[in-house]
Formats: sequence, structure tokens, C-alpha cells
Amino acid sequence: MNAMVKDPQIAWIDVGADTDIPRRGARRLKGPQGEIAIFRTGDGQVFALMDACPHKGGPLSQGIVHGASVTCPLHGRVIDLATGESLGADAGKGCAPVVPLEVREGRLFIGLVRG
Amino acid sequence: MTKERLVVIGNGMAGCRAVEEVLKRDPDRYEITIFGTEPRVNYDRIMLSPVLAGEKAFADIVLNDEAWYRDHAITLHTGCAVSQIDREARVVRASNGTQAAYDRLILATGSDPVRLPLPGADLAGVVTFRDLDDVEAMVAAADAGGEAVVIGGGLLGLEAAYGLARRGMRATVIHLMDVLMERQLDESAGFLLRSALTDRGVETVLGAQSEAILGENGKVSGLQLKDGRIIPCSLLVMAVGIRPNTALAAGCGLTVGRGVVVDDQMRTSDPAVFAIGECAEHRGVAYGLVAPIWEMCRTLADVLTGVDDCAYGGSVLQTRLKVSGVDVFSAGRFSGGEGCEDVVFRDAGRGVYKRVVLDQGRVAGAVLFGDVIDGGWYFDLMKSQADVSELRETLIFGQAVTEALRGVDPKSAVAAMADSQEICGCNGVCKGAITTAIGDLGLTTLEDVRAHTKASASCGSCTPLVEKLLAVTLGDAFQAQTGPKPVCGCTHHGHEVVRKRIVSEGLKSIPAVMQALEWATPEGCASCRPALNYYLICAWPGDYQDDKQSRFVNERVHANIQKDGTYSVVPRMWGGMTSPQELRAIADVADKFAIPAVKVTGGQRIDLLGVKKDDLPAVWADLNAAGMVSGHAYAKGLRTVKTCVGTDWCRFGTQDSTGLGVRLEKLMWGSWAPAKVKLAVSGCPRNCAEATCKDIGVVCVDSGFEIHIGGAAGLHIQGTQLLTKVASEDEAVWAICAITQLYREEGWYLERIYKWMARVGLESIRAQVEDPDARKALYDRFAYSQRFSRTDPWAERVAGRHADEFNPLSRRLEFERA
Repeated sequence: MNAMVKDPQIAWIDVGADTDIPRRGARRLKGPQGEIAIFRTGDGQVFALMDACPHKGGPLSQGIVHGASVTCPLHGRVIDLATGESLGADAGKGCAPVVPLEVREGRLFIGLVRG
Repeated sequence: MTKERLVVIGNGMAGCRAVEEVLKRDPDRYEITIFGTEPRVNYDRIMLSPVLAGEKAFADIVLNDEAWYRDHAITLHTGCAVSQIDREARVVRASNGTQAAYDRLILATGSDPVRLPLPGADLAGVVTFRDLDDVEAMVAAADAGGEAVVIGGGLLGLEAAYGLARRGMRATVIHLMDVLMERQLDESAGFLLRSALTDRGVETVLGAQSEAILGENGKVSGLQLKDGRIIPCSLLVMAVGIRPNTALAAGCGLTVGRGVVVDDQMRTSDPAVFAIGECAEHRGVAYGLVAPIWEMCRTLADVLTGVDDCAYGGSVLQTRLKVSGVDVFSAGRFSGGEGCEDVVFRDAGRGVYKRVVLDQGRVAGAVLFGDVIDGGWYFDLMKSQADVSELRETLIFGQAVTEALRGVDPKSAVAAMADSQEICGCNGVCKGAITTAIGDLGLTTLEDVRAHTKASASCGSCTPLVEKLLAVTLGDAFQAQTGPKPVCGCTHHGHEVVRKRIVSEGLKSIPAVMQALEWATPEGCASCRPALNYYLICAWPGDYQDDKQSRFVNERVHANIQKDGTYSVVPRMWGGMTSPQELRAIADVADKFAIPAVKVTGGQRIDLLGVKKDDLPAVWADLNAAGMVSGHAYAKGLRTVKTCVGTDWCRFGTQDSTGLGVRLEKLMWGSWAPAKVKLAVSGCPRNCAEATCKDIGVVCVDSGFEIHIGGAAGLHIQGTQLLTKVASEDEAVWAICAITQLYREEGWYLERIYKWMARVGLESIRAQVEDPDARKALYDRFAYSQRFSRTDPWAERVAGRHADEFNPLSRRLEFERA
């Protein structure tokens, strides 16, 4: 929560309200390094990952969200939303990069490295 | 020596408790003055809910009566609002002229209820729920009966609604979120709470935004929601949260954030001034529950009486709801998170749901519904951060069971059970009955035991116990057998049981199914959620609200996802027929949206490949304008009806196969099924439409229509089997709809017709389709279901439904870098 204040290298950009993301769903954003997926779980937690499955680059934002993970729509790989790591039988086979995300009073902020 | 002067602003729970704590430590140190805005002594504010419900009287909740103030020589100014703090002179002044000088000042001004700035918020009959005056206003309104609306489905709002319902009003809670008490409960517990409230006369409307409060003659008459619904009421309670009361502190220049900012010693930016309770902000948190207040008061009293190195380190929270007979407990990170593990227990019979979240072998949080006896135990384990890895197996059953079984092998625990002890609660089967049956009848498998004793044959939750009993009784002769294959790892039930119980128990939502069938996970997985969603749609076509988030992306966005994340779009061509206008429209769409590939499919239609997701609604709009609708080429449901040209053109045609195909497709399109369904109609046995490798195929002959089922030409290749033969086209249509409905009702999710046929047998399908009554009943159910499905999903989305699905969340990131 305090990373927003601390790190001067990161620019925090307000991209919307957490309630703009459907529960057990995701929305997409076009980022400077590619598409970003922002997920909201059934319990209301939000996570951001680069929107590309480590397996074959499938758009994770289009998968089914269950618990704190998402199942890729292309070949069913299960990804941990918090770490981007592959889970289950695919554990250790690559991860989707985590994008810095902060929630402040219901607003979502994406962290972009300045440069 | 004159005493130091301690002045407290706020005669509520925090202010008085702080004084009590100080007196406990050093009764003679301070000359104490308390200012309170309410015209009465200090009472237990959190017990206002039982007062509203008529379960307690005001006298029962008084904490400090007048004698207490007198005995401790405390000067109490009630009904007296402090208007100014002069920190230079160290004097506080009230608006009525009263003033008091201090050496130490405590701010315990609490919080104010948030009033939504809705039109009509100032009408008579619009109240908040904060103090005794509010309760009295609500009680007076309730005496007149009628309807009450409570905005806010949090702790306070639900208690208010329950209290009003107890007093005879029809109470409706309007909640912005789709889970009640979403800060404390997950979806499963929220579902149970909602049902329990309904049983107690409290209606709940979720995901509802308030638009305006309506009135007549200056009095509230109803609430209008954003979606246009109007809920009539003569009383409206706003319970949407609290705001720390910081005006005094800000007025005299103290540092104020969300609340009055304090350090670990409860000190504000002025070392002579302290703040506690709901008005204070400690390490960025302003608390709204009572437990942290008590902790703050203890620390403050230590500081004020000269105890060194005391510090308040923030509070770990637990919540309990005060609604009689509804037991809810929540604490900590109840929804899990990174690296966390859920342990879930459900008891459908008793309406119990328990979820304990473990992080690195330690309790990180818990949600309990229906059985909260162990809430305190989990809370202690959470606060102490004890390693509970050893207790993992029994933790969810609570403290008593865990301690009784510590170090005991589960098998010997079963062996030690008395013969009269009940194993299967559903069917009332005791241990003795099972062991006797195993011995006398020579049973060796779980299925045997189920067949002869009914133990574990219903809900199945005692299956592990019965298996252990078999193991203990038979020794090495027992080989654990698996029953029907479970739907997924979230349950031990197979598809058949799940489908039957949805219908027989009237389960109408995913959380209801998960609770009744005691799902082992809080909200299921990517395998079971789509299956349950389909089973519910099939069982309750008119009632069930499709859960879009439980659908695979193709069915959610009504297009087929491709390897590069683009989509393919296939408009319907009824029976494979098209026209120059349609072809022109397709060509125009392909040009306009630069669609890279256009291909003819095996199902006699045209596939537009490589469409960007953002473009989908516009592509559909153009296709709709030319009269085309979704081909459902993505659906677990009816795909295509392939035809040959039949008697219209073919010299061998025996019937109008094209006409029948078009008729079938127009009747059956939009229907959801366990898996895809492909049809074909061939006009003669030469079978140009390849009907005998389809899920359902019709081969026309001179004397009528042969109906074949169970073909496949994909992963598996298999010819159809002849199911029946009918004389007329009408009969063919009835039979095909009946077969489809039977498959919709019996098939397991993702099970194609040929697999379903192999499982249930061709004869059982034939028996239903050839029996005129059974066929008619199936046809009628299909027709009823189709009343809700024959709508074009493309047109709905062009009209704006689920627009969020197709738009990016924000374009700001692009602009930031551009």
C-alpha cells in the first residue's frame, strides 16, 4: 500500500475503479510493454498481470477466474493471480509478469517505471 | 497539591472506557470533566441493535449510570457540544458557554454516519442508525407498520433491517455490492446469510444503486433505484458507513487525515491532546469496531498514568453479526490470497459453512456461518500465529475434535467408536449396522455398503468414514474403490448426483448447489463452475440468471478465440442457405474491419477469422443490419443443421430436406446443451449432407424420415445408430426436439451425444422418444426452455449488454506514454 509513496521511479496512473472489473472477471488495458490484464476475484481482491500466458501467449484476461487463479482460455493452464506462476501440473513452467497495482479508496493505480 | 485536569470530549464508549481505565490505575490522579452531546449517560452503542429489535431495553445497555459519575467526582456536561479547543490557553469551550481548562485532553468524538447526498435525503422519515434518538425514531415509525428500506448491506444495515422486521415492518435491504457484508464474508457465506435473512422477513436487493428518495407531503414514500425500480417505504435508513468526526481537531489545527492522526501512544500532533476510538486514525487505519477501542483505551490509560514503554500496535479484527439465530463470524484475511490455502467444511443439513485460510501453515483468517463456536479459537490461533500444520487434518472440525484426536490414528478412532454411534446422518445408519452388514452379507466395496445399508448413499459426506470402517472390518481384503467419477476436485459427487439434486432440492444458484452438496472449495473451479451454470440453466430455464463469469470465453463473448487472441465470427445460415445480400454484407464487413481471412466451414456457413475483440460489437451490428444472427459456432449448444438440396432441386430427393433443416434450425437455435450439437438432414439415402456422422441425423426416404443419433467425426469417428423412423415431417421435428431435450437433461457437461448414448443405452432413449406421452412432455419442456434462449446474443450486445466486456478498462496508459 505504501509503495505508491516510496518509489520515485514508479509513476502511478489511475485507470479506473475496482468495481469497473466484474467479480470473477477481468478487464484489459493497453500498456507500453503490451496488454495488461486486471483481475477481480469473487472476494473482491484485484491483481494485475501482463495479459499473456507463459505457455503460448494466450490472453489470460479472457479466462475463467476461480479463487485467486485464472485458467487460460487457450489450453487451460492455471495461473496464480498473485504471482503469475503456473500452478498444478505446470508448476515451474514459467510465469506471467506481475504488474504493480495499488488500490486507494476504491481507485486502481497501475505502476509504470519512469524512463 | 492540586490535581491535574483531564478533560474528555465525548461521553461515548471510548471516552468513558478511557476514564475507567485511568481510574483503575490511579483513582486520585486527575480531576475529570466529560462533555457529551447526547442528553444522557454513557451506554453500550453496539447493543442498540438488540434494543431496536425489542430484545433489550435501554436500561439494559447503560454502561455508566449517574452514580458512577458522582462516585468518581466526574463533572459531566450532557447535551453540551464543544465548539472550540484553545490549545494556547488549554481550554475547551462549548456552544452554551460552558468551558473547562485542561492539562490533558482526550478527543473521543466518535464518528458520524454517512448520509448519501441523494435527492430527497432531507425528507421526514429518512434516518441513520447511530444513537438512541435514531432508534427511537425507527421504533416510532415501526409502530405504524408498513415498509422500511435500509440502504447498505453491511453489519449495521442488516441489524437495522432485522430489528425493523422484528417490529413488524416489511424490511428491504438495498446493497451496492453483490455479496452482503462483502468486507467480512465471501460469496458462500454471503449466500447463506441472505437466505437466513429472507427466512426472517428481510428482503435483500443486491448490486443495486440508489438514485433518489421519493416523497409525498414532505415525508419519504419510496426509494428509486438506478435501474428504475421503485421500492415503496415509509421509513428509510441509511447505513452506508461512518466518517470519523474530526471537525474539532481540524478546527484547532491538529493533524487530521481520515481521522485525527495519533501515534502508538494515542498522542495527536499536540502532546497534551490524545485521540481514541472511531475519531482516531492510527497507522493509516480508522477503526469502526469496539475491540480496537478497548485496546486503545488501555494504552492511553497507561500513558496518562506514567507507565513507560506502552504502545498500541494496531488491532486484528473479528466480526460477529447480532441477528438472533444467525451466527456469523469473520476475521483476518478470510478471502485468502498469495500462497494461501483454503480448508472448507460444509454441512448442508445444518446450514453450516466454515472456511479457514492458512498461510505457511498458520491461520490467516476465517469465515464461519451457522456454527461459530470455534471462532474464538481460530482468532486466537491467528493472533498467536501458531504453526498449525500438525492440526491440518482436523482443524476445520474445531477445537474439541482437534484436541480429542491429537495423535490418534483416524483408523483406530473409527475402531474405537461405539456400535450405536451414527455414521450416516442422512439415512440414520449406525456403525453397528454397517459392520454387521459387512460381516453377514460379505460386503467388500463402498457401493455394496451403499446398496445394502444406504450409508453414505445420500449426501456422501460420510464416505471417508464408511471407507475406514470397511478397512477396519475387512483388513487387507478391503480395496478402496472409487464411486462415480467426481465432477472435479472440488467435490466427491459425480455429475448424475449433482444434476438430480439440483432438480429434487430446487437449487437455483451456484452457491446454493455448492452449499447443499458440500463443495470442498469456496467457489469452485474452471471445471465445475461452467458445468453447474449449464445444469442450472437447463433445470430452471425461466428462473436462473446465467452467470457470465462461469462461462468459457467463447460463450461469454459469442465468438471463437483463436491462437493469437483474436476471434472468429460465424453468422448463422439457416440450413446452409444464403443469399446475395447476405454474402454482400459479409464481404463489406470483411473489407471494413480488415478481417484477414474468410473461410467456408464444414457446417455450410462462412467464418470470418482474425477479428479484434474491440471490433466484435461493430462487426455484429453490420451483420445484424443485413438480417444475420449469431451462428453459435462457439456454443455448447446447437451449432449447424447441414442439409442437401432435397426435392427442391435434386432428381433423387425424396423429401424437402432443406426445408426440414431450416425449420429445425429456426426452432432449435440458441439452445444450450452439455456439449456441441450438430445436425444434418439428407434428402435420400445417398446422404449428401453426411447425416450419419452427426449428433442427430435425418435420412429422408420415400416412406418418411429415419432419425439417427450418436455419430461423431472429430476426435472419435463413429457412425450413427438408427433410433426411430417416423412418417411425417412434424413427427420428425417432435422426435428431434425430444431427443435433444432428453440429452440436455441427462447428459453430463462436455459429454457429446454419442457418449451419453453409450452410457445410458440406445434402448432407454428409444423408449422415451417412441412413447407419445413421454415424447410430448420432452418436446414441451424443450419448447418452454426455448422461450428464453431464442434471442440473438449479438443483437443484445450491439444494444449495449455487457459493454464492459469489449472495451478496455481505460486508455490512460496509452496516453501516458504517447
